Amino acid sequence: MIRTHVMICGGTGCTSSDSPKIAEAMEQEIVKLGLQDEVKVVRTGCFGLCAMGPVMIVYPDGTFYSRVKVSDVPEIASEHLLKGRIVERLVHRDDEAGEKVEVPTLKDIEFYKPQLRVALRNCGVINPENIEEYIAMDGYSALGKVLTEMKPEEVIDLVTKSGLRGRGGAGFPTGKKWLFASFNKTPHKYVVCNADEGDPGAFMDRSVLEGDPHAILEAMCIAGYAIDAHQGYIYVRAEYPIAVHRLQIAIKQAREYGLLGKDIFGTGFDFDIDVRLGAGAFVCGEETALLTSIEGNRGEPKTKPPFPANKGLFGQPTIINNVETLANIPQIILKGAEWFASMGTEGSKGTKVFALGGKINNTGLVEVPLGTTLRQIIYDIGGGIPDGKAFKAVQTGGPSGGCIPAKFLDLPIDYENLKSIGAMMGSGGMIVMDETTCMVDVARFYLDFTVDESCGKCVPCRIGTRRLLEMLDKITSGNGTLEDLDKMEELCHYIQANALCALGQTAPNPVLSTLKFFRDEYEAHVVEKRCPAGVCKKLLHYEIDPDKCRGCTACARKCPVNAINGVVKQPHVIDQAKCIKCGTCMDTCRFGAISKK
Amino acid sequence: MKSLEELAAIRNKMKDKVALREKEGDIRIVVGMATCGIAAGARPVLNAFVEEVSKQHADNATVTQTGCIGMCRLEPIVEVFEGGKERVTYVKVKPAMVPRIVKEHILGGRPITEYTIGAAE
Repeated sequence: MIRTHVMICGGTGCTSSDSPKIAEAMEQEIVKLGLQDEVKVVRTGCFGLCAMGPVMIVYPDGTFYSRVKVSDVPEIASEHLLKGRIVERLVHRDDEAGEKVEVPTLKDIEFYKPQLRVALRNCGVINPENIEEYIAMDGYSALGKVLTEMKPEEVIDLVTKSGLRGRGGAGFPTGKKWLFASFNKTPHKYVVCNADEGDPGAFMDRSVLEGDPHAILEAMCIAGYAIDAHQGYIYVRAEYPIAVHRLQIAIKQAREYGLLGKDIFGTGFDFDIDVRLGAGAFVCGEETALLTSIEGNRGEPKTKPPFPANKGLFGQPTIINNVETLANIPQIILKGAEWFASMGTEGSKGTKVFALGGKINNTGLVEVPLGTTLRQIIYDIGGGIPDGKAFKAVQTGGPSGGCIPAKFLDLPIDYENLKSIGAMMGSGGMIVMDETTCMVDVARFYLDFTVDESCGKCVPCRIGTRRLLEMLDKITSGNGTLEDLDKMEELCHYIQANALCALGQTAPNPVLSTLKFFRDEYEAHVVEKRCPAGVCKKLLHYEIDPDKCRGCTACARKCPVNAINGVVKQPHVIDQAKCIKCGTCMDTCRFGAISKK
Repeated sequence: MKSLEELAAIRNKMKDKVALREKEGDIRIVVGMATCGIAAGARPVLNAFVEEVSKQHADNATVTQTGCIGMCRLEPIVEVFEGGKERVTYVKVKPAMVPRIVKEHILGGRPITEYTIGAAE
């Protein structure tokens, strides 16, 4: 009889820090100690606290071990699993006012306390490669209920009433999307899951697929029943190998259990799902480009209308929903529209998963009710900015989103509020920036990304974003004029109004929002030829203070381009013409004689 | 899957197996599993508790381990913690005593005095 479960994160984050080896070593130790009939190792999906990985949780006591190494495994096995003594030195600690406070169990950790997990409910709780564990968590009961008790229109009505909106970016009401597709009476319709997660820094869809793949299969079946479709496709990027692998296992198991295929639950309803791999083009996250790619063509968007609900995959009515959107569906069916609508704000119901990254202590995945403020997410859950630096901005929504300055920290986050300040929900990536980040450089980074990822079909996006990037390059290298700022703004509005798809239409957002909230930084670059954050290399130079320099030659020896000259025990000088501004000399100097200006 | 009953059967079968991850037990059964406890036979006792708790559906109880509490001569020691009540310490526990402890104490709320430390001293 199993008395203890050792949950080891098998998400991408922890896998990259050796969690599979830890799980393997743990299994070997357990056998060595003769505990194989008492203790079970479970490889789960992502627990969310990726910064602290690899993560291990031991039940029933719920002890939370963080940053576990393979070499720690024998100690955990013999001390905790055999003798019941918690290995204190590996227990996760919360950082409270500089003091490390021991937090033995998951539910007490500051990172988890304010969270409300709906889409991520099973991530880290079940073994994603075992369909029976999903069933134990009421899995496939929603599908059973829908097929045996509800009419398709009732399903659509329920989803509409819940107020669920698309979690992939634009926030279109999911129920409405299903309703439009249901109006079309054609023999072939399709349900497509958009798992082409492309925003830099966003990884919630990957985590759901890795941690709870059956929830997506179940939701797609439900959607299929609602609109009378019998085939689904999951479009996932090939660079998510763990997610793809688990999806394939899940589909195979669901077919074996008769939860996919013909005559599901003996109701005569047929539905099957196949996986299609994307090559990683950002534009393929745009729905029409994604459908074109599934059809076997080059991933380029089409004009809308016609919308996919009328004319989508292979010219047939198609609904296309994001992974996180679908993950909510089974819970809405089981717990009701009122339950879902009780969370969130007036226009944005439910919860949203955010991927915290950048200059923040607790990098990871967070799920909170919509309407939570940025301050709660960044400071209470995210643990604030490292090294006591000051918060400058948070970038939401990836390359389509905007930068939100500190004055909006107390703004409740929902679709409308973010839009009103020039940002957008996007997929929910949140990149935190501190005082050492240059906002012009940030805008340049995102634009560089969109220029790379533009498919080239329409002129405003193909040429417009490139011209915009050139202007930004001009500014960051100190050659910009105030006139350029106005020209940039004009070009941004032109691209927004004329690009073919959402990629182009939203590409100027990072530029526009930084221009709006951080114009002083642009002006410093243009007028004073200075980068206030000290990031733009062409605008800064390193200097040696002759009074402090002892002539130790350490910097000169480290300099990769031999730009530092001087005689031993005499002050050294940097040759500005040769200097590549790598900063190595400043890091090397033990006397604080070198400064960045 | 041809019927809802089939799904329910799998769910019920599996529920017990994952319950241990979710259980917020009001009662904690803690078995001393230090070297002294193991030497005195705590492992079979621990396993007996896990089995009996599941068999008798004592859903509000979790079974965990602890280290040495300093009375090695009385091992195996099992302590039962229940919110708002004084803890009960059983000593020299044998697997055969376990079904009765679960039935009368954990489910019935009546500690078995003759097994406790008070009786042994």
